[in-house]
Amino acid sequence: MKLVEAVLNGDRMALARLLTGLESESEASQKALDLLFPYAGKAHLIGVTGASGTGKSSLVSQLVLAFRRPDKNARPKRTAVVAVDPSSPYTGGALLGDRIRMRDLAGDPGVFIRSMATRGNAGGLARATASSVQVLDAAGFEIILVETVGAGQAEVEIARLADTIVVVEAPGLGDEIQANKAGILEIADILVVNKADRPGVEQTERYLRGMLEMSSKQAGLGLDEEWTTPVLRTNALTGEGLPDLIEAIYRHSEYLKDSGKYATRARARLEDELKGRIQERLLERWKMQTSEDDLQEALEQLSRREISPRQAVQNLVEDKIT
Amino acid sequence: MRERKIRVLIAKPGLDGHDRGAKVVARALRDAGMEVIYTGLRQTPEMIAEAALQEDVDVVGLSILSGAHLVLAPRVINLLRSQGQERVCVFVGGIIPNEDIPVLLDAGVRVVYGPGTPTYKIAEEIRQCTTAVSGEITDNLKDE
Ligand SMILES: Nc1nc2c(ncn2[C@@H]2O[C@H](COP(=O)(O)OP(=O)(O)O)[C@@H](O)[C@H]2O)c(=O)[nH]1
Ligand SMILES: [Mg+2]
Repeated sequence: MKLVEAVLNGDRMALARLLTGLESESEASQKALDLLFPYAGKAHLIGVTGASGTGKSSLVSQLVLAFRRPDKNARPKRTAVVAVDPSSPYTGGALLGDRIRMRDLAGDPGVFIRSMATRGNAGGLARATASSVQVLDAAGFEIILVETVGAGQAEVEIARLADTIVVVEAPGLGDEIQANKAGILEIADILVVNKADRPGVEQTERYLRGMLEMSSKQAGLGLDEEWTTPVLRTNALTGEGLPDLIEAIYRHSEYLKDSGKYATRARARLEDELKGRIQERLLERWKMQTSEDDLQEALEQLSRREISPRQAVQNLVEDKIT
Repeated sequence: MRERKIRVLIAKPGLDGHDRGAKVVARALRDAGMEVIYTGLRQTPEMIAEAALQEDVDVVGLSILSGAHLVLAPRVINLLRSQGQERVCVFVGGIIPNEDIPVLLDAGVRVVYGPGTPTYKIAEEIRQCTTAVSGEITDNLKDE
């Protein structure tokens, strides 16, 4: 397939078009994904999540700069960004503004940025985010940063998608609100208090450390005792604190490798995708075999209490899918 | 196959610092169901073309108030062409003297909008411009 070759050879237009195809799940893009899949699995996937306005996009920009201009003798890493923003539930449209903060990355051929709308998908990511990441991975990007929608329930999906999860907080957003977000702290591999130039940093930092301690106590120190989530301060406008953040990301990557968790996470990710796809496929097949009339009739019978819900399922599903 | 959304890049080339108009159009197009990528102020034509490529947009809207439209718009169009995006619909909004409009259209700009153009009109014309195109873009992936 020419498209696949082009993507593997670093053709950026081909890559961009493939990502569009994946979003609409076109035949050709799905086939290309099949062929590219064996080449993926090498990139370090970093999820950046947190409430809207905490500075995620600005921080992502600084992170990319740091990966592109490493100090010492390190080699610059080819870096991709997928920035997810919500679609309007009413119009289906979306305003994708994360690039505004990534202007310093322009003109670097080792960087690729893609904005993506959720298109009704819950959980802070788009349906096509996972496959887009696979394609970018296959295309040779060594670091892939995924910025999620900063809404409440983003936790689970990004936790599955990324190797390292950076949760971004900022002072002055109201600690009471954050108290309800214990879930997001639990998925954090690294906690960042951004906008360190703003008043109230110490307070936010203290508060987050307290929350972390509490949740690790509740967890009985069982889960990840070899990894202690660091709490770091950054200023995403000046880049202050970035060296420490980069260092923490590399340290986490080492930790994942040494503990074998890289493999476990990658496997869990694949398992998740597999199960999701199976469910979807079965549902599709069932829908193809079941008419709206069948469904309405079962509903009638149910309303008249002639059959029970379990029996309805027996008739509608068990007898159909064999 | 799911719906293929129209993707629009709204860009502000040049040095003037007013992006109210650009933002109004961006929001209107979002409300018309499109996915709008907004890149902020002071973009060079190179930055705009690079963003248009990475985002694989169907439409590029340039908001130009600086008076440099005769330089900026053709430059963006040439860059788009040279990277294989000759079918992208480019429109220009801003304060454009009447005598410059044919020059811009000649350079490949599809439509020029003056201040106060109703946004529904812009959305409608974008739809017309892209319906011919969007199918073809997906077809690009088909055979090979
Ligand atoms: N003072 C200050 N402002 C920041 C910092 N990081 C981001 N901002 C500003 O906060 C606003 C939101 O930033 P953005 O990166 O778009 O946040 P996101 O919504 O989480 O992606 C922008 O106006 C940024 O310029 C920071 O470290 N300090
Ligand atoms: Mg953002």
